[in-house]
Amino acid sequence: MKWLASRWLAVYAVVYMIFLYAPVILLPLFALNTSTIIAFPLSGFTTDWFVGLWYTDTLHTALGNSMLVGLSTALLSTLLGAFAARASARFAFPGKTGIVGLIMLPLVLPEIIIAVALLVMLNQLGMPLSLWTVVGGHVLICTPFAIAILSSAYRGLDRELEEVSFDLGESRWGTFRRVTLPLVLPGVISSLLITFTISLDEFIIAFFLTGTDVTLPVYIWSQLRFPAKLPSVMALGTILLVVSVVLLIVAEALRRRSAARQGIDTTLAGV
Amino acid sequence: MNDATTSMIEIREVVKNFGSFTALHGITADIREGEFFSLLGPSGCGKTTLLRMIAGFEAPTSGAIAIDGKDMAGIPANRRPTNMVFQSYAIFPHLNVEENVGYGLKARKMENKDIAREVADVLSLVDMEGYGKRKAHELSGGQRQRVALARALIMKPKVVLLDEPLSALDKKLRDQMQVELRTLQRSIGITFILVTHDQEEALIMSDRIAVMFEGRIEQLDSPEGLYRRPVNKRVASFIGVMNFLPARVTATTDTHLTLDIAALGSVEVPRHSIATDVDTAAINSVGVRPEMLTLLFDGFERSENKVEAEVTDTQYYGDMTYYTIRLPGHAEPVTISMRNTAGRSVMSPGSKVSVGWGADSIVVFRD
Repeated sequence: MKWLASRWLAVYAVVYMIFLYAPVILLPLFALNTSTIIAFPLSGFTTDWFVGLWYTDTLHTALGNSMLVGLSTALLSTLLGAFAARASARFAFPGKTGIVGLIMLPLVLPEIIIAVALLVMLNQLGMPLSLWTVVGGHVLICTPFAIAILSSAYRGLDRELEEVSFDLGESRWGTFRRVTLPLVLPGVISSLLITFTISLDEFIIAFFLTGTDVTLPVYIWSQLRFPAKLPSVMALGTILLVVSVVLLIVAEALRRRSAARQGIDTTLAGV
Repeated sequence: MNDATTSMIEIREVVKNFGSFTALHGITADIREGEFFSLLGPSGCGKTTLLRMIAGFEAPTSGAIAIDGKDMAGIPANRRPTNMVFQSYAIFPHLNVEENVGYGLKARKMENKDIAREVADVLSLVDMEGYGKRKAHELSGGQRQRVALARALIMKPKVVLLDEPLSALDKKLRDQMQVELRTLQRSIGITFILVTHDQEEALIMSDRIAVMFEGRIEQLDSPEGLYRRPVNKRVASFIGVMNFLPARVTATTDTHLTLDIAALGSVEVPRHSIATDVDTAAINSVGVRPEMLTLLFDGFERSENKVEAEVTDTQYYGDMTYYTIRLPGHAEPVTISMRNTAGRSVMSPGSKVSVGWGADSIVVFRD
């Protein structure tokens, strides 16, 4: 009991981590299992499910669609985020707090509400559903993340650095190229990676707003109806999980490197 | 080289409005070639705005600024012969010391080997040899300041602008850097313009000082002129410590004014010691510096005039003692400073003392 009393915080932390990540571990576990039935005990090791993915054309189409949506979303939301972040970090204008608040709102709105609202609006406008309507919805939810990441990059960028450069005889473009860009670039890349990852994983908006072309999460959902396909879905999920984690780690590492360059707090608390 | 009559910067009737707020109300001043010039004033007096206008970061609402005989209207900061040292130093965090210092030469498309040579020269000038490969976060406050200065000096500007360059340093380092900056400026002979709110710093470093309040230059003078002959009570109380005593003129002759000063008494002040444009009828107070009054330690010390007083407080600084005294017939406490020379004891509060003073002690304000 005494041991528990002194270590209860550590025990709590371990239990919490198991609760959080144990289900995730099940994904690769069953993806490498020979049986099509998702249940213990495991029957044997196989990579067939992964190999099978290679020959599934519909999956490749969905992956292509997701790539198109993800890249478009990442570029658009990072571009919009860069403008908004620069405006909010550099300039004071009437109603700034309110405007920034409204832009950040999709961060806390339930996605299903956004999806339904967008669907109703698109129908009213008579716009056909396609991958581009999905991009529109994704940009809406990804821009707040881009703003949060880029704001911290811009806030760390001392305005006097640009003035010094100009004072030392450099042109506006030269100042952007030699001072501004190198200092915010890690933030930009981090924003691209994170918005891409969010778009890649997003299901609800993609499900509501897409036409006949499906994105990867929507494809996965459609496969769940067939019990025999479950292990392939697990394999696909495993790949997605690894890709997402790698992208997020790279993004965070870049963000920290940029913060360290500017000599500011490198923990997430600084965001 | 330091031809005192040549103007490096001519500022003519410069007005600056920010919306409905007027930051500068028609500033006119000449800054001489090779001089160390300070803009001194409390925060919000417009000194930094004026400096940024000389640098080219702000444009005057009206009026003109000329540098080295050339009107600067419409010429942006990157094409002016001025370089600025910022308050934050603004060292580029992604570049090392060498790259920081050589930044401006690279913008001029100078050859890399020439840049390296110039950088080495200027780093030795500011005593920073061997620090070339360090990054900004590996430097102390004093070193950053030197790098920022080197980065400006390497451009061989006609004027170096310094925006409160020492305010981020601790007292000891600041004292040291004041002397170093001053020495450096004298040896290279470039015109320096310093913005500061620290009157002591301005007095120590400058050839001339413009004291600014609320967007106007109140007085432009040498450090000694400012201290000894402040034009008004505001300047007098901003520069050093000043006691104010009510006074009025009781008689005037061609050579003297007779002043009746509260608590001290009557004195004749020669006219040549006060400004010519003083309205004698309007005089209602005079100033007395703490060191211009003397505590007489025994009856044998001589003084032109003396009054009896009582010590109410004593502040001992080692080399100096500051006494707060009460003069009969005057409610405000008066400060007197005395050097603690050999054989002079420190008077404790409650002591009865004689205060010696003379016509030389009195400062008559112009307005």
